[in-house]
Amino acid sequence: MTTTAPAEAAVGEAPSGAAKPGPRRRPGRIRRIGLPYLLLLPALLLELLVHLVPMVIGIVMSFKELTQFYIRDWGAAPWSGLDNYKVSVDFDAPVGEALLHSFLVTVAFTLLSVGLCWLIGTAAAVYLQDNFRGRGLLRALFLIPYALPVYAAVITWVFMFQHDNGLVNHVLHDQLHLTDKPSFWLIGDNSFWALLTVSVWKGWPFAFLIVMAGLQNIPGELYEAAALDGAGMWQQIRRITLPSLRPVNQVLLLVLFLWTFNDFNTPFVLFGRSAPAAADLISVHIYQASFVTWNFGTGSAMSVLLLLFLLVVTGAYLLLTSRGRKPAHG
Amino acid sequence: MRRTRAAAAGAVTVSLMTLVTACGGGSSTSGGSNDSPKTLTYWASNQGASIEVDKKVLQPELDKFEKQTGIKVKVEVVPWSDLLNRILTATTSGQGPDVLNIGNTWSASLQATGALLPWNAKNFAAIGGKDRFVDSALGSTGAQGQDPAAVPLYSMSYALYYNKEIFADAGITKPPATWDELVADGKKIQAKGKSALGAEGANLSENIHHVFVFAKQHGGDFFTPDGKPDFANDNVVAAVKQYVDLMAKDKVIPTGDAEYAQNQSVSDFAKGNQAMLLWQSASANLKSQGMSEDKYGIAPVPVQSGTPGTGTQVNSAVMGINLAVFKNTDNIDGAKKFVKFMTGDAEQKILNTAYSSIPPVKTVQGGTTFSSGANAVLKDTLATSAAALPQVADESQFETAVGTAVKDLFADAAAGRAVTTESVKAALEKAQQQMPTK
Repeated sequence: MTTTAPAEAAVGEAPSGAAKPGPRRRPGRIRRIGLPYLLLLPALLLELLVHLVPMVIGIVMSFKELTQFYIRDWGAAPWSGLDNYKVSVDFDAPVGEALLHSFLVTVAFTLLSVGLCWLIGTAAAVYLQDNFRGRGLLRALFLIPYALPVYAAVITWVFMFQHDNGLVNHVLHDQLHLTDKPSFWLIGDNSFWALLTVSVWKGWPFAFLIVMAGLQNIPGELYEAAALDGAGMWQQIRRITLPSLRPVNQVLLLVLFLWTFNDFNTPFVLFGRSAPAAADLISVHIYQASFVTWNFGTGSAMSVLLLLFLLVVTGAYLLLTSRGRKPAHG
Repeated sequence: MRRTRAAAAGAVTVSLMTLVTACGGGSSTSGGSNDSPKTLTYWASNQGASIEVDKKVLQPELDKFEKQTGIKVKVEVVPWSDLLNRILTATTSGQGPDVLNIGNTWSASLQATGALLPWNAKNFAAIGGKDRFVDSALGSTGAQGQDPAAVPLYSMSYALYYNKEIFADAGITKPPATWDELVADGKKIQAKGKSALGAEGANLSENIHHVFVFAKQHGGDFFTPDGKPDFANDNVVAAVKQYVDLMAKDKVIPTGDAEYAQNQSVSDFAKGNQAMLLWQSASANLKSQGMSEDKYGIAPVPVQSGTPGTGTQVNSAVMGINLAVFKNTDNIDGAKKFVKFMTGDAEQKILNTAYSSIPPVKTVQGGTTFSSGANAVLKDTLATSAAALPQVADESQFETAVGTAVKDLFADAAAGRAVTTESVKAALEKAQQQMPTK
């Protein structure tokens, strides 16, 4: 590893050299150009170690029959070829059917959560753009859900969602009389809405923070000019704010999407190791497929499928959004 | 130039060190060794009201052991929610404790991983022999025909705990002996404005323990004699339905209990809000929640008719904790000494008293401490009418799959949806399809 980096650097450097380098000066140039790569090496190796190696091991595991009989000695687990994948995508059989259901629940949950987080975050950021007394306090207040440790925050929601003594039922049923009888939020179909509520509550401050930062970069003159031309607030938002925020939103939506789609902590703390069918997010589903049923091969295969899906979505998203931007520049 | 060279050398050194440290570690011992004879690591399960309570109970005993043998035991009390995952991780990495507590129902599953020291005749001889232990406890230490994967440490059984005052107010003179009586008594209690029976509807293990007993009472089993899952046979379906119907049809379990998984039903009982509780060895737990022993009575868990016994008269699973030695231990002799110490007469008496469990050691079980009051009922149940949960390698998966099915059925009942024979059968069929096929 230590020898290849400078060699590659030298090859890459050759075409750009204007004058033919004299043989005597070459070692110095190699050293100079190779140095950045050499300095990057520790980071690169750590990156390999922390991200790539576990990922490759996960992919290898997905081709093995890694059940409780083999976890003590992985090497002895028999290769199972594509069996784990076949089981995962056979949507007529129970395992595949459950995975597909979980996938669809996750997609619906992610779309709603990301959409709401973005909407609330952007609205709050736009409202707080004007200077008024107490703005700093409000901004700090809005960021609290984002700053709280996930576990502490979600466990509080668990208490609030309890059927018998929870605050949510107390308000909705006892005070406002909106329901005939107290609802269950942590089991059954309502669990989807409970999960969505917590997710949006936890996620929107991040959107708020990022959009707020993006708004600082829009010159005030644009709004002044627009106001002189008679543009109302809604038009200013549509014609100035949103187009100017485009690059910020592009990254924000992608990050929110990936975080929400992969979120494990929220559903796990909310529902424990077996989530109700209505809120069976894919991360917990895969956890259950591996840790609770002790079939780490199938669990890995599902993880690899998830990885591929996220790669495709991310790639397509970046391609589409960057293509859409080119004409604007041209 | 010199600075550049130094920077380059530094970068290379850091990189190499990273690789070296990454590849190091994780020794692969297979049969245990005696490399560190002076220390032991012990993972204890949470038996008392809290982890702190357990530390207080265990530490003086571990000090005694250190005085006797010179071996220092580092104890960690692992909560139930983490214990199985921690054991699996230890198994996978080979980095685990030397000695550990396991739920006795996991014995066969963990035995299949090969991570635990098998208790063959030689190993049993080192701790005083297999015949020190009662048979019912030995029946939950691993698959039949194989050397046990662990030795019994504490034994427990289910019993019906009832609030004497609520019973008296409702005019009930003796605890119910059959389920019909329980439902009838429940109605009388509800008429007085109290809740009748508690359950932990979202706790997978609790669900399993109960439906297992109901299945026995219906003459059914979750596994065929050769160990294949058979969850949707008529007897099992009837059994699961009868349990869920305590909420859905008989309405003696409040619907709110469908989401209980943190022992809230024990608190409800301890606070005097609820008349009955089906629980295993609850005395110490109730005491820590401020309910004194004269406030409640203990009776055997109801049966369909007649009195508890074997076969369809079973009224509890054989519950308990086993002590296992991790095969990768680097103090195998010390670990065996520790097991001998913990299963010795003196420690058995102290620990089982502290945890209100029954000693699985014959000589101690016969003593007067464990033959009176609450203990008499538990001991009697273990001796005459408790059955071991299936000792199959897939037991752990069975607990998850069927436990979840029952949780979902409770959720249906709580939401007011009908729980029918068909819906129970469908839920159990789905659970069975999730079981490993190989």
